[in-house]
Amino acid sequence: MDRLLPLLVVAPLLGAALLVAAGRHLPRPAAETAGCVVSAATAVLALVLLLNSSPPMLEWVGGWTPKNGESVGIVLVGDGPALGMAALVSLLTLAALVYSWHYFDEPPRGHSGSFPALLLVFQAAMCGFAIAGDLFNAFVFFELMSVVAYALTGYRIDDPKAVQGALTFGVINSLGAYALLMGIGLLYARTGELAMTKIGRGLDTAAVHGGGPDALVLASFVLVLVGLLVKAAAVPFHFWLPDAHAVAPTPVCMLLSGVMTELGAYGVWRVYGTVFAGPGGIPAADLERGMVTLGVLTAAVGAAMCWYQRHIKRLLAYSTVAHTGMFLVGLGVLTPEGDDGVALYILGHAGVKAALFACAGILLDRLGGVDEHTLHGRARELRGVAVMFALGGLGLAGLPPFGTALGKAVTEEAVGGPLTVVYVAASAVTAGAVLRVTARVFLGLGPRPEDAGEFETSGCDEEPETRGLLSRVPDTMHAVPAVLLAAAVAVGVIPGFGELVARSVNEAGSGGAPGSAHWTAHGVLLGLLSTLLAVGLAALAVTRTGRTSAPDWTAPLRRLQSGHVGDYVAWLLVGATVLGALALPGALGN
Amino acid sequence: MTHVLPYLVAAYVFLAGAYGLAASRNLIHAVGCLAVCQSATYVLLLAVGYRAGGTAPVFSDIKPGSRPVVDPVVQALTLTDIVVGATVTALLLALVLQIAKRHGTVDPDELRELRG
Repeated sequence: MDRLLPLLVVAPLLGAALLVAAGRHLPRPAAETAGCVVSAATAVLALVLLLNSSPPMLEWVGGWTPKNGESVGIVLVGDGPALGMAALVSLLTLAALVYSWHYFDEPPRGHSGSFPALLLVFQAAMCGFAIAGDLFNAFVFFELMSVVAYALTGYRIDDPKAVQGALTFGVINSLGAYALLMGIGLLYARTGELAMTKIGRGLDTAAVHGGGPDALVLASFVLVLVGLLVKAAAVPFHFWLPDAHAVAPTPVCMLLSGVMTELGAYGVWRVYGTVFAGPGGIPAADLERGMVTLGVLTAAVGAAMCWYQRHIKRLLAYSTVAHTGMFLVGLGVLTPEGDDGVALYILGHAGVKAALFACAGILLDRLGGVDEHTLHGRARELRGVAVMFALGGLGLAGLPPFGTALGKAVTEEAVGGPLTVVYVAASAVTAGAVLRVTARVFLGLGPRPEDAGEFETSGCDEEPETRGLLSRVPDTMHAVPAVLLAAAVAVGVIPGFGELVARSVNEAGSGGAPGSAHWTAHGVLLGLLSTLLAVGLAALAVTRTGRTSAPDWTAPLRRLQSGHVGDYVAWLLVGATVLGALALPGALGN
Repeated sequence: MTHVLPYLVAAYVFLAGAYGLAASRNLIHAVGCLAVCQSATYVLLLAVGYRAGGTAPVFSDIKPGSRPVVDPVVQALTLTDIVVGATVTALLLALVLQIAKRHGTVDPDELRELRG
């Protein structure tokens, strides 16, 4: 079974190569079917491996097994979280491929296979990142997924905004990746190893002789984390995300928001747990300080910016930023329950967020815009989409029995205390914004809101991605969000699913302590509370338009999102310094 | 001092590239600055693998173990890194080209459609 692990990367890559080679001779339905078949086969493989992932699998690629404990080979790790992420990636790619069935304009002659091929490469890179057992391979897959993501974001190269967003995305993420590589170089300098577990052991051995972490460990920790946090879109590394999500084609947004940013958080969990958690790494208190601070900041900024968006895709993008903050806080408290909760939350969030993007795509192609103000009341006839959009909003709020609610409840329990407020508030605000859009766009409630001024991206002059406006929405575009929402509910209601996820996460984690992930009265009540708050906020926004237009104190926050790539680079450097300062006490203590 | 010099150079090159990115008024220049940042990673990796008095790790003409060689792993990493960098730079330059066609400018100060 271990031998099948590399196929998770190889199969979609081969499929992509075949599509590129034969794409010019294939008719469009054939190319799209081939893409779906390959990605579905990979998803099945990932699920089969996942079911056999206890005990965790290990595969030395090409038979380069270690001799006397020394190895220069490439190692793949197939434990619960790794294969779980790979399965999530594959299923979501399949959903995006089905959704994009006949989605775009007729592709240029001889290029019918290019979009499915790019999605397959994206899938391969994300699966590879999830199962990479050594840091350099993680970097290579990180870069591969980034490059494909830039290309997919700028897929509609005739759209001026698309190329601009893709360039910002490309510059910021590449800079983050080079920081990650410098960190890996420093770790190799200290330990002479690339496999994550062996780097961790090497650091601990060095610490026994040298006494605790020093400046080099701190520098490598900051550099590696900067790379991963750029991908996860933590504040202040997040500026690329709204720009990229606002302009990327909808099926790509489903993947970017549903699973790619979460892979950044997964990377942080994996790297801290296996590399830096030992006595030679970064003390737990320092990681906790850094992650909880950045996480709370991310949740707050993401939620505030989400509320003041009128461009629906940007609104959903900021909601992803806010949720990333919650994931980081959950991972940062370093308890087994926190990890379990975040794993469940990521599963539920992927379904809900991808479904919401799919609904936004239907609006764009049916009505020719994603602007909340100009679409006011124009989507009344899209009843099914309205129901799904509202359900998605309730899912974001954490209404039981959605999987997001279960994940949020378990995480809230783990973080405890005042941090619970962050979870309730951020999920209520982001969900409130989605429900407000539902009320205005689908139901036409309330007066038409006024424009806020200069620092605002409207969505009124967007081009539909299909050939002209759709007179009838295809069934595939309806079915995909419905299935995704059903899956998000299933995460919460299937008995024992939470326990299963918790067991496999804890088995892979360093502790191995049994965690519990089930509904509690406390969690259900908090979920209902944030849902009520979200509905209340949406109702307030719709009825009292004047009171909820952006107040002055949010203007500086909105001005930060200046659309200038240089500003974003400067913020990245500021973020790296802040992260270093937050982790510094541990290195000074020795 | 000489043994930390390469690391200082790597840090300097990285920060110089990042400064160039932050202050750039031309997107082609910005992509160049990103390549400068990446050059810092080459310097760092090669410095990590350097060994005083070592020779190239090619064992066709030297007997294994007869004399010190530099670390071949980091050289392999650097080569991979260069391939990655070539891909990224090519793709970003293609995007700049398309921005120049669609917006008629390569000045990031004039590309302010996406904000707020």
